[in-house]
Amino acid sequence: MRAPARLATYALLVAGAAVFITPFAWMLSTALKPLDQTLAQPPEWLARRYEARLGGVLQEVRPGGLVTEPSLWALERGSAQPVALAEASVRDGAWQPTSGLAVPVEVLKAIPASASAPWREIGDLSGAHRDVVPAASVSSRIALRWENFPGAIRAMRRFPRYLANTLVLCVLNVVGTVLSSALVAYGFSRLEWRLRDPLFGLLLATMMIPFPVVMVPLYGLFRWLGWIGTLKPLWVGSFCSSAFNVFLLRQFFRTIPRDLSEAARIDGCGEFRIFWQIILPLCRPALVVVALFTFMGTWNDFLGPLIYLTDERDFTLALGLRVMQTTGSGGIEWNYMMAASTLVILPVIALFFVAQRSFIEGIALTGTKA
Amino acid sequence: MTAGDRQRTRFGLAFVSPWLVGFAAFTLYPVGASLYYSFCDYDVLSKPVWVGLLNYRDMASDGVFWHSVANTLLFNLMALPLGLVSALALALLLNQPVRARGVFRAIYYLPSLVPAVASAMIWLWILNGRLGLLNTALGVVGIHHPPQWLADPAWTKPSLALMSVWGCGNTVVIYLAALQGVPRSLMEAAMIDGASSWDRLVHVTLPAISPVIYFNLVIGIIGGLQVFVPAFIMWGGEGPDRSVLFYAVYLYQNAFDYRQMGYACAMAWMLCALILALTWIASLSSRRLVYYQGD
Repeated sequence: MRAPARLATYALLVAGAAVFITPFAWMLSTALKPLDQTLAQPPEWLARRYEARLGGVLQEVRPGGLVTEPSLWALERGSAQPVALAEASVRDGAWQPTSGLAVPVEVLKAIPASASAPWREIGDLSGAHRDVVPAASVSSRIALRWENFPGAIRAMRRFPRYLANTLVLCVLNVVGTVLSSALVAYGFSRLEWRLRDPLFGLLLATMMIPFPVVMVPLYGLFRWLGWIGTLKPLWVGSFCSSAFNVFLLRQFFRTIPRDLSEAARIDGCGEFRIFWQIILPLCRPALVVVALFTFMGTWNDFLGPLIYLTDERDFTLALGLRVMQTTGSGGIEWNYMMAASTLVILPVIALFFVAQRSFIEGIALTGTKA
Repeated sequence: MTAGDRQRTRFGLAFVSPWLVGFAAFTLYPVGASLYYSFCDYDVLSKPVWVGLLNYRDMASDGVFWHSVANTLLFNLMALPLGLVSALALALLLNQPVRARGVFRAIYYLPSLVPAVASAMIWLWILNGRLGLLNTALGVVGIHHPPQWLADPAWTKPSLALMSVWGCGNTVVIYLAALQGVPRSLMEAAMIDGASSWDRLVHVTLPAISPVIYFNLVIGIIGGLQVFVPAFIMWGGEGPDRSVLFYAVYLYQNAFDYRQMGYACAMAWMLCALILALTWIASLSSRRLVYYQGD
């Protein structure tokens, strides 16, 4: 490749990668901020901790707006709370509000601010005390709020339950799908029998049926069984294999030489033993792919739990995130929301890095074998 | 049939029995029942009452239904070409002899693994009209009245299309696998004949991977017509001016919010018909445009 073309390729790849990473970076950035900094404009990428003297004590403060004009910091008469900043100028040898304040006030502090020496409003973390100090006296440093993660877990209230439910479903679905799909795929690939090919055609045809078609009768069926509001509708079916995984495994099983089975049969090996002790170990990579996809599908599933689960104690993490979004009073706490999202995404990403090759090969397989 | 035949059939049936049970309980029965319910008034609580074609006739005169059809088609008209083309472009880039290909591939692939709920949350935050990262970035480059991505009915579908591009890594990997299967001999022959890189793309690469493009298109149509989760989470279902009331969302509402299960089943069958019709159109064009090696 010529040098300019090469350069252009890299430039495009890097630009694209930056765009694809940004949402993750922004999620993490927000997850590590205090709430007030999530609302700051313009936004900053790294959370900061601000410190200043408030009430004579050096402490962490919430910074407010900058004051760049000469002003008065006033106290409403008879109240302990500072109420207003008003533009001011020196008249008759004393500071006077330029415009009249609406309520009778006592002047607390005259602020000779200018654009080059701005002052800054600050407040303590509870919001009870406020003050205006020279902006230069407010120090800040980068401080990531890792405590937002435990905070988000508490905000999600039943996080441990959601996690436990999700994990139980993942384990049951992975075990059920891998075992049953391998068994069925074996029957459809390594055995010769009448009806095999028409039945396999039927199995392929079932892949074409969109979920909404069976949604209502399945709901009715599970309701009749008394399973609505339990986890059962979300895993029992996995023990009946799934067409897509059967198809995937069958492709793999077919690549194993027939002689292997024949030799075992001649040695008196039963069909189930051939399946369990010879074919399965040889198909480990394919089984890993099925297990991975099933895990991901279960971990990510939203519609299934939404339809079948009624009690919040049975919810999965995916539903839990939604609960957190819809039950927050007075606006979403985006730092907690992003921290919770990070927690839901993290296992998936970790799994990808552990089993990257299986993922990529599995995906490629679905496309090229079709 | 010999005794051996019979025994082999017994073995075969035994091995596939989990699927047979599942097929009967979770496919055959529901499909049959769904077809029956689609001709009934049914709310799950009481017995279905036969009403003939009423549900289908209602659908024809239900303005909201047609609105959901239009929303769904319009969204797919944006998202599908955008997704297919960007995925193909990324795959073509990744297929160049570049360093750290694995790293790039991982970066492009990762978003497609993100659970739909989490991805909806992230984008709700990024697309936020006042505080969102996207509008802030647009402000930096001088666009001071950026779109209200989530609140303006004209922008909700483009927002979702944008999100779906972020999740196109799956498709990228499928394309990449196909690109690596393009016969080297063809490429070299084209180079010797002095074909430019554009000519090689149009006359060698694209025809060689056209079956996979077709596959991704069909998968995209089937998935795209059933789009549900992002709209349901980000807008609670309908969105401003019902602009994200998609087919699957309206179907869900009929089934579980309005308890019109019969109507929902009828809608599901129409969805089936719609999917079949669109994939049929795609297959018609594929006859001319898709090149199968060995044909």
